Amino acid sequence: MKSLQELAAIREKMKDKVAIREASDNTVRIVVGMATCGIAAGARPVLSQFVEEVNKEGLSDKVTVTQTGCIGLCQYEPIVEIFESGKEKTTYVKMDAEKAKRVVAEHIKGGKVVTEYTIGNYKA
Amino acid sequence: MIRTHIMVCGGTGCTSSGSATLISTLETELAAKGLAEEVKVVKTGCFGLCALGPVMIVYPDGTFYSMVKPEDISEIVEEHLLKGRPVERLVYKDVHPDAQVDEHHATSLNETAFYKNQMRVALKNCGLINPENIEEYIALDGYAALGKVLTEMTPEEVINVVLDSGLRGRGGAGFPTGRKWQLARNIVPNADQKYVCCNADEGDPGAFMDRSVLEGDPHALIEAMAIAGYAVGANQGYVYVRAEYPIAVKRLQIAIDQAREYGLLGKDIFGTGFDFDMDIRLGAGAFVCGEETALMTSIEGHRGEPRPRPPFPAEKGLFGKPSVLNNVETYANIPQIILKGADWFKSIGTEKSKGTKVFALGGKIVNTGLVEVPMGTTLRTVIEDIGGGIPNGKKFKAAQTGGPSGGCIPPQYLDIPIDYDNLLSIGSMMGSGGLIVMDEDNCMVDIAKFFLEFTVDESCGKCTPCRIGNKRLLEILTKITEGKGTLEDIDKLEELCYYIKENSLCGLGQTAPNPVLSTLKYFRDEYIAHVTEKKCPAHVCKKLVRYKITDACKGCTKCARNCPVGAISGKVKELHVIDQDKCVKCGVCVDNCNFKAVIVE
Repeated sequence: MKSLQELAAIREKMKDKVAIREASDNTVRIVVGMATCGIAAGARPVLSQFVEEVNKEGLSDKVTVTQTGCIGLCQYEPIVEIFESGKEKTTYVKMDAEKAKRVVAEHIKGGKVVTEYTIGNYKA
Repeated sequence: MIRTHIMVCGGTGCTSSGSATLISTLETELAAKGLAEEVKVVKTGCFGLCALGPVMIVYPDGTFYSMVKPEDISEIVEEHLLKGRPVERLVYKDVHPDAQVDEHHATSLNETAFYKNQMRVALKNCGLINPENIEEYIALDGYAALGKVLTEMTPEEVINVVLDSGLRGRGGAGFPTGRKWQLARNIVPNADQKYVCCNADEGDPGAFMDRSVLEGDPHALIEAMAIAGYAVGANQGYVYVRAEYPIAVKRLQIAIDQAREYGLLGKDIFGTGFDFDMDIRLGAGAFVCGEETALMTSIEGHRGEPRPRPPFPAEKGLFGKPSVLNNVETYANIPQIILKGADWFKSIGTEKSKGTKVFALGGKIVNTGLVEVPMGTTLRTVIEDIGGGIPNGKKFKAAQTGGPSGGCIPPQYLDIPIDYDNLLSIGSMMGSGGLIVMDEDNCMVDIAKFFLEFTVDESCGKCTPCRIGNKRLLEILTKITEGKGTLEDIDKLEELCYYIKENSLCGLGQTAPNPVLSTLKYFRDEYIAHVTEKKCPAHVCKKLVRYKITDACKGCTKCARNCPVGAISGKVKELHVIDQDKCVKCGVCVDNCNFKAVIVE
């Protein structure tokens, strides 16, 4: 180690990798329904896409991506719920990897709910 | 892409309850479910809740699983990691009453009563990082303090920050750390060589906080020793660690090797021209080697015996050179004091004891394990809130702090804020932080005898008061527990205690009588019961108890069948009798009686 810059470079590189372990109260939680129904409907690529986008955008210290079980609306799977402290939760239905990208870009980064994917706007 | 980290405790406690098998099973199961690319398994240091091991935490949700068995792993992988449903039956549930319980959010570690009242400074990274990966330490600001010290501060400034922080030695006596460094820097001008040493020879029965730091966060120690080296002007460090800590030794060696590889130990660190390297020296488990002069003598390769002071190590220490010696937990505080400042550290704790203290909770307590609390926390908070109280509804009798050098704290002092000076004022001491809880089933004379047996065994024999005096103390105590003592013996015991304290060469002898003195002070009635009534009130001292069968006996013959020495006689459906001459007082009859007819008196 010849300089502080070298140390800082390692710290920056590793920071995101351990940020997942730090409990923070003001995090946004992206919860993907991953029960049998969700998995069958294609929740796995949705989950992977969220993880990838969050990491790519450098949001991993503020946003956590987790899964949950069946919430009882199996026909709308894959369902993704977004929990933000102090706000109403948002429920997205019939998600796919492309939609996940848009949700991260517009909702998580931009703060604007992608209304057309939410459960209220879903038309069968 | 990794989305989940599973932290599995790899400390000594959880390793002995099988965490290594858990890790390999987890890896196999994850691979089988195709999750190996998404879920990362990390072996960490101690979380502190050793009684419930093996423990593991799943991040990002922070679900805390306790007492996990290898056969539970496939369920955890299938349910939690694949489908996102935490396996409720394995989740640790002791939630703090004030915590908001959200049923969609599994119990996280920080909400439990055990962790809620804690404040982790020395144990900050334990359980949070992989101790065998230097980059994870760096990610959490590791080695930033060393960088700051070397590039922005003079050695005097470093010493002033440590002095100002009020940090006192965590090994027992509580000597101000900054003062120690100042002496080592200044007392011998122009010394050609100085040394920085670390006492990791944690010898107190029941204390294991130093081991946890070595196992869970070894780089914190390396960084702190390099800082100390810069402050006092030393370029070589030695860690004296007991050979009974194989995991700690292994991880520390890995950490030292990695630090060298990254150029954080060695020549010209951060390009500042500062050189520092360190090595491990293994101790052979002699308690006296925790004493500073004995420890240094042992590092030199001689028999571990203390020598008179002065000269103090700051003047003439290791290999006759000025040396500074601190304990592991003391060092673990240093990087954070440098980074966050003396004022931050001073804001924690009491007037004369700053910062936090780690305690190893043991004995009659629900949550056996490691806790770190701000100085000044009451014993009641530690035992009742964090420790979960005393099991089986028994009553608290005393807490023993400071190991064989310390004393007992009786119930009337449960609300005293714990710090160095308060403990001394009630006849105990901080020591290294072992805290053994005793309930009504513990005999205080027997406890004193237990610690004396230890110190008699461990006395190095160099000075007479310790070698012979403690032996005599033990003989008198044995006599009392056998019912052969007299009231004069108690007076003699007390007198001898003071004599040994005054005249012993080193800390071992000077403190060895403390367990006797403090039990005499607070539980003299128990001593008197042993000599006058020939009774042990707690029914512990075997020579003084009698097992007896009462009229509640139904004559089921179970006790007679289970008695290992055939001391019980009686016919079916008739009252049984114990032959006192044959009885070895093992207690098997009590455990086997379904009618509570066997009593101890």
